[in-house]
Amino acid sequence: MLSLTIYISFIGALVVAMLPAKPSSMARILALMVAVAGLVVAVAGFIADFGKGLVVLTDKVWVPSMGIHYLLAADGISRTLVLLTGLAAVAGVLFSWNIELRTNEFFAFFLALIGGVYGVFLSFDLFLLFVFYEIAIVPKYFLIAIWGSTRREYAAMKLALYSFVGSAMVLIGLLAAYATAGSHSTGLMALHEASRSGALPVSFQMWCFPLVFIGFGILAGMWPFHTWAPTGHVAAPTAASMLLAGVVMKLGAYGCLRVGIWLFPHGLDPWGFSIIGIGSWRDVFALLAVIGIVYGALVALVQTDFKFVIGYSSVSHMGFVLLGLMTLNQIGITGAVLQMFSHGIIAGLLFAIVGRIVYERTHTRQLAELETMHLSKRMPFAAGAFVVAGIASMGLPGFSGFVAEFQVLIGAWTVKPWWVAAAGVGIVVGVAYTWRALQKAFFADKLPTASEHPHTGWPAFAAITWPEVTGVALLAGVSLAVGLYPRILLDAIEPAVKALLAGGGQ
Amino acid sequence: MNYADLFRVTLPETALEVAALLVLVVDLGLLRKAVLKTRVAVAALIGVLGCIASAWALFWVLGDGVWGYGLPNSHEALLISIFYTGAAQAGILMLTALTLALLIGSDFTKHVGEYVAVVLMAATGGLIICAAQDLLVIFIGLELLSLGLYILTAFAKRSEKSAEAAIKYYLFGGMSAAFLLFGFSYLYGLTGSTNLRQIVLGSITANASGSPLFYVAMVLIAAGLGFKVAAVPFHLWAPDTYEGAPAPAAAFIASVSKVASFTLLISIGTAILHAVRDAYPSGLVTAFSYSGPAPKFLGLNYPWMVTLALMAAASMVVGNLAALAQVSVRRLLAYSAIAHAGYILLGLAFFSYSPRSAEAILYYVLTYGLTTIGAFGVVDVVQRATGSDRLDAFLGLHRRNPVLAGVLLILFLSLAGIPPLVGFWAKFNLFAAVLSVSAGVVPFALVALALALSAVSLYYYIQVLKRAYVMPAVDETPIKVHPVTMIVLVGIAAAVVLLGMFPAVLQGWISSFYPVL
Repeated sequence: MLSLTIYISFIGALVVAMLPAKPSSMARILALMVAVAGLVVAVAGFIADFGKGLVVLTDKVWVPSMGIHYLLAADGISRTLVLLTGLAAVAGVLFSWNIELRTNEFFAFFLALIGGVYGVFLSFDLFLLFVFYEIAIVPKYFLIAIWGSTRREYAAMKLALYSFVGSAMVLIGLLAAYATAGSHSTGLMALHEASRSGALPVSFQMWCFPLVFIGFGILAGMWPFHTWAPTGHVAAPTAASMLLAGVVMKLGAYGCLRVGIWLFPHGLDPWGFSIIGIGSWRDVFALLAVIGIVYGALVALVQTDFKFVIGYSSVSHMGFVLLGLMTLNQIGITGAVLQMFSHGIIAGLLFAIVGRIVYERTHTRQLAELETMHLSKRMPFAAGAFVVAGIASMGLPGFSGFVAEFQVLIGAWTVKPWWVAAAGVGIVVGVAYTWRALQKAFFADKLPTASEHPHTGWPAFAAITWPEVTGVALLAGVSLAVGLYPRILLDAIEPAVKALLAGGGQ
Repeated sequence: MNYADLFRVTLPETALEVAALLVLVVDLGLLRKAVLKTRVAVAALIGVLGCIASAWALFWVLGDGVWGYGLPNSHEALLISIFYTGAAQAGILMLTALTLALLIGSDFTKHVGEYVAVVLMAATGGLIICAAQDLLVIFIGLELLSLGLYILTAFAKRSEKSAEAAIKYYLFGGMSAAFLLFGFSYLYGLTGSTNLRQIVLGSITANASGSPLFYVAMVLIAAGLGFKVAAVPFHLWAPDTYEGAPAPAAAFIASVSKVASFTLLISIGTAILHAVRDAYPSGLVTAFSYSGPAPKFLGLNYPWMVTLALMAAASMVVGNLAALAQVSVRRLLAYSAIAHAGYILLGLAFFSYSPRSAEAILYYVLTYGLTTIGAFGVVDVVQRATGSDRLDAFLGLHRRNPVLAGVLLILFLSLAGIPPLVGFWAKFNLFAAVLSVSAGVVPFALVALALALSAVSLYYYIQVLKRAYVMPAVDETPIKVHPVTMIVLVGIAAAVVLLGMFPAVLQGWISSFYPVL
């Protein structure tokens, strides 16, 4: 059933692309219907297969001569992330309700991107996974280049090239694994078997693992390959930022887990020597993750552009995902997957508030200018929503971020306590930058001087529209629900992680 | 073996020649007074029908179980019609028909009859090259094709650029033919035969491969064929020719000539297989798997591999990097063609005993030909509407003609290797074939280089798409396209999408030419 999400999205994209450009409401409503349909299927699939292990959805021979299958399947991790994609898609459509420029094309690219993302999360054939992974690249470029803002063409090209370089690395890994394993199959299960049975030698995994991990890690915003993320997030239109931070970065992290760690587990083995305490790829990537956490948070602390604050906070939060993956234990990886979900929701909410609700009305994202606007009084809804989102983003209990980051830190503590100490600094700084942004943007009491504000009285902002309220309620509600009762997701994620770590299919 | 067999084997070529003569008779004789539009339509129609007839003949010959033609009383094949040959020939006919169909909307010349006739004759040369197993026949085919291409390049008689391009192409081409012939003569001198299989056997028995002259021959042949496929450092003609030649001619050069030349390279690589099978009827070769000591021959020995691998690496690097700096889309396509030639040469450098490599290379070059014909079709339409093929001529194309822009999007993304388009599958298949031959450090490094550079290539393809979709239009008047041209272009785009989504279809078709032996 879940495979319907892919087809609905792609067919929706095609149909929307063929709609006439005017009236734009047609494309918009159709896109919302498609996104909601995707979400409904995702939720239904999540509920129907709850508690089950790996469920094969479709298995057809695609290219017989190379043993490539069109194999769609889902385990708890996939189902969770498909759910996230559905939520992000609906929220994305809601927050781009005001797009008037080439509306039909916008939603066509948007839905094509969503379709590719669904595809990645459901593919259990490495070749198929790669195909969907690359399908997601091109719409991203156009979404940012056509509908974006600050330096959009530069940011879009940077993002496209970073993604393509990353995927080229993954493709090398894919070809290498296929050629080396000699199992005449690109199925993830078959390659995993090859890796277990020794058909993929340890020496091979040692160089293939970092290649694939970095290849996917580029899209996951791994420091120092994260630089596409802030520029891309800032330049992108709101819905695209939401998708970038919400699901596209998760594609990278998911690839790191499903392909990197699962197929090449021995790539994480110790090298046999160590330089300043770094004795394996695991240490290397954990170090990069910790640097990402702290660096992203520190840089977010000094941004003058509101959206850059959120952009760098994404780098920081994705660091937790990568750190969780590198713990290689049940609780850490479970936390990482939950963090993927949680950050997808929270970052989407933050970008929506900054890019849509605030920017579309104030036409500035400069914190210094927002400071003079008294937004907490003039836009109480935005202020309230940002307080909620900010609290969730800081990782306070009651929201999904807390459960996820807490598990990652517990998992990391059992491996190397200093990782946790360093990441803790990131959390503290995280509170600081969120607080700073919140205070400056909404609760500053700096009144404009008479010369800065010649008008008498405040010009009224456009009223908050229903799509914005719905979108905020949806995302904040989900984050709160998961925060209060994390078992909904954990019960799906935990068995899948267990199976993944035990090394077998379920 | 007798001459009846020869006629049967060459029936496809004959059909094309007859069509060529028919075009001349009809256009210069019957339609002298007719308006240009009618003449173009009729000539192109006859040409397309000729291609169809030729393809029909091809399949009839294959269905008849005729596998080739040799000299009377000898086992030396002159022409073969199975294996990669059949697929390549059918591909050439298909691509020729497409370039002729694109001619219908075009009006660059009044001499339509001659144009179509020359295209058909050049295509005949291409067919002969694919089938030839003898150095002399190969050379005749190459010259027939090349002479046709020189004429086609110069066909826009009022354009200085066209004339300049033709002269350059002709001079370089003549030089490369001389190199090739010189190399062939050494091979003959060393082994005493002009037949590819006999040369292989000769090189085993006479141990000719130890001779330094063998390497001289090899380098000369590599230079000659490197020119044909526009591989670095023999690529200098390509940008000028692609830019100066009339667009339908450029499309023909970029597609059909490439298919023929790469098939020739496959012949050289595959000859060893046939030779070994003939020489050792049992034991060594079972169902195309050969495990004995590798005989030293052009196709597979180490220096030849190194030569091809070097040319491949240089072509990929130079082609992709030079394309970044282009402002003319045709020159951009030329450099991208050089880069693609580099990828294919990689497949030839690591060539396998099994049909795997030959199939992957054919798949690549056929789909590349298809894509590039479409790309030239779009460029031609834009150039006729705006008077320029520069990047800025594509500004706002999605408003001026959304369908055309969509076709451009699909074709260029396919050239960049984005799935699910056919260009991606072709690359994947080719590189998988390379690694299946040898999984050592060098092939890995070269494949990694190729993939890294294809990431670079995305940049310049997007430069064109950015103008078509992202940047604001300067001129928003709609571009009108001849309906036939539009149908052909949309058909090509649809084929690129569908072949990419169902890669097994074309692959199965190519391997169907390999009968189970």
